[in-house]
Amino acid sequence: MLETVWFAIWGVAWAVYFMLDGFDLGLGTLLPFLGRSDDERRILVNTMGPFWDGNEVWLITAGGVTFAAFPAAYATMFSALYTPLMLLLFALILRGVAFEFRSKVNSAAWRKVWDTCLVVGSFLPALLLGVAFANLFAGIPVDREGTFHGTLLTLLNPYGLVGGVFFLLAFAHHGALWLLAKSEGKLRIRAAHAAAGLWIATLLITVLFLGYTWFATRLWQNLLQRPIFLILPLLAAGGLVASRILLFKGRFWQAWGASCLFILTATLFGVAGMFPNIVASSLDPVASVTAFNGASSPLTLKIMLGVVLTFLPVVIAYQSWVYVRFREQVTSHTVKDGPAY
Amino acid sequence: MDTLTLSRLQFAATTYFHFLFVPLTLGLSLLVAILELLYVRTRDEDYRIATKFFGKLFLINFAVGVVTGITLEFQFGTNWSSYAKFVGDIFGSLLAVEATVAFFLESTFIAVWFFGWKKLSPAFHCVAIWIVAFASNLSAFWIIVANAWMQHPVGYVIRGGRAELSDFVAVVTQKFALLEFVHTVGGAWILAGFFMLGISAWHLARKQHVAMFKKSFRVAAIWTLLACIFEMFQGHLNAEVLATSQPTKLAAMESLWKTSGDVPMHLLLWPDEKNGRNLVEGLPIPGMMSFLAHYNPHGTVKGLDSVPKEDRPPVLPVFLSFRAMVGLGILLFWVALWAFWKRKTIEAQPLLLKILPWLIPIPYLVNQLGWTLAEVGRQPWIVYGIMRTEQGVSKIAVSQVATSLGAFVLVYTLLGAVDFYLLWTYARKGPLPETAEGGHHA
Repeated sequence: MLETVWFAIWGVAWAVYFMLDGFDLGLGTLLPFLGRSDDERRILVNTMGPFWDGNEVWLITAGGVTFAAFPAAYATMFSALYTPLMLLLFALILRGVAFEFRSKVNSAAWRKVWDTCLVVGSFLPALLLGVAFANLFAGIPVDREGTFHGTLLTLLNPYGLVGGVFFLLAFAHHGALWLLAKSEGKLRIRAAHAAAGLWIATLLITVLFLGYTWFATRLWQNLLQRPIFLILPLLAAGGLVASRILLFKGRFWQAWGASCLFILTATLFGVAGMFPNIVASSLDPVASVTAFNGASSPLTLKIMLGVVLTFLPVVIAYQSWVYVRFREQVTSHTVKDGPAY
Repeated sequence: MDTLTLSRLQFAATTYFHFLFVPLTLGLSLLVAILELLYVRTRDEDYRIATKFFGKLFLINFAVGVVTGITLEFQFGTNWSSYAKFVGDIFGSLLAVEATVAFFLESTFIAVWFFGWKKLSPAFHCVAIWIVAFASNLSAFWIIVANAWMQHPVGYVIRGGRAELSDFVAVVTQKFALLEFVHTVGGAWILAGFFMLGISAWHLARKQHVAMFKKSFRVAAIWTLLACIFEMFQGHLNAEVLATSQPTKLAAMESLWKTSGDVPMHLLLWPDEKNGRNLVEGLPIPGMMSFLAHYNPHGTVKGLDSVPKEDRPPVLPVFLSFRAMVGLGILLFWVALWAFWKRKTIEAQPLLLKILPWLIPIPYLVNQLGWTLAEVGRQPWIVYGIMRTEQGVSKIAVSQVATSLGAFVLVYTLLGAVDFYLLWTYARKGPLPETAEGGHHA
């Protein structure tokens, strides 16, 4: 029971991370396409200003939860995915400093360098996280010792790549909706066009990914054993459709909220379909690390449950406060008068 | 080189680099919070300008500290997966607590502080930086508790081939952890104190913004002296706890080869590691080592001969980093005392003003020496007495680690150079005129 609860917390931590960092990774990827002038790029970057760092802590927490609750899964997953994780790290490092550095020297070339880091540092994580999770859904070649028998190319299989593109497009769509709610004028119009176009692309890749999932993984079959969880893909579909309708009606914040629901429930669909596997082995089912054979001791799980149930609601409360307090649109004016990246 | 050596090099390189930025975050967050509190209490504009000026340096430093921290959490899984599997029950939980309890708070409120200058009332804005200061030091607490468990494991049982938690309170409140925590943050506070003293002195020597930098100098002078006294006092307690918790580390620090009573402290000493003796041994203070370890000049202190050769740490690096840390630490104390003494007439102390900026690198070195002593002195164990370092490493391809290590060296060198350049530029520029505040400046 305790293990099952922790499996759920583990899934929710990743889902919240994708939901939150998803829009700023997506928006970072869209920077060169939506920001046509220096001023527009500056506005775009500053729409995520007060939020991106707090969002990224969800990644640290998701990693920490994996380590604390399922050490064997953490050990196997992280060593098997060595190269993509290192690429992810470098991308996030360059992206993080890019925010802080881009306006510190008054030179167009300087800003170009850091904006490039921001774009690459947003694009790569979106893609890599998608590839990584698709591979986890499908299973990876690990033996009973937890040793990985493959290379980066093993992970870049067709299903993995479809997963990567799925994340990339869903995040880009999510980011365009965020910009729509946070900007005005020409930039906002461009964001609206991008969101509409990306919605179609996201819809197509979602259908493709979910269909491919039927053949490449056992997620659907697993879910059909507990049909109550079919609510998750239904909610995801509902979120995606609602985001388009709300965009059409001009309710931008709500459209972004619907996209949050889409990403959150789409991730939870994958996680629920994996249960109880965390790292499924494609070599030998006995080698799979599950919520039961990979979990920490009951004492640790109990103490950590207390910590998480006490503090995560507080975190959610103050992070929500920040979203509300800093919700207003970012304009040329706001960035000129500072403080701004 | 094999995966083990490369993984150790990579962990050492990324940790050293990370810890170039962490101590300034820990100390300067508090100093900036004090400056802003003084502004809120007195409404003296100088304090507001000082808050913004040092706050900007804080943020430039903070960015690199945060992003390089993620590397460390990930590496336990990527490079040290056997270790992660063995200790995750305890060690992993402490990292998760850190993220949940402290890191969220720090990362969220630093943004509130930076973007909130106009949006929040002065009092609330000040609360934001105090939250950041509190959270970053709280974050250090959890990380140090995790490290202390590797140094001195308590509250666990070995079950099913791994260490499982048996007593959480024992892990969090053990003396070793508490002392290691206060010593680490104390060192960080000193570093930040000298940073503020040095930069204030640089401007005072050039007669720029004299009124403001006199105020920041005064705050930093009081702070640094207090931090130095605090550090020396519990530094001694840290050495004392080693006598019982990590005797081989203490023996390596003092190059003590034979277990004996009435152990003197030699002022002149040079270890000869190969032959298990000292090449030079002179100027003994009789019974001093025994006294420091046990408050008894006749007490028995364990030497390196108390364990087989393969269980001993490398002596020379531990011995040297300990001496250099203590020596430079004492030097810093005297300078801090000098700065404190002359704080009211500081603009008329050309010699002190000249020296202080040059001293900024010294506490950085001292912090790194302290960690060298702590981590090299723990060898050959990854968890002292329970798991050897070579048992902790992942079974991964050498080429992967060689590539990532090369990439870390390259990226971190560039990152370090850029960050240093920015700190250097903005520290010398001094406070910017208020009208140019927005523009391209943050």
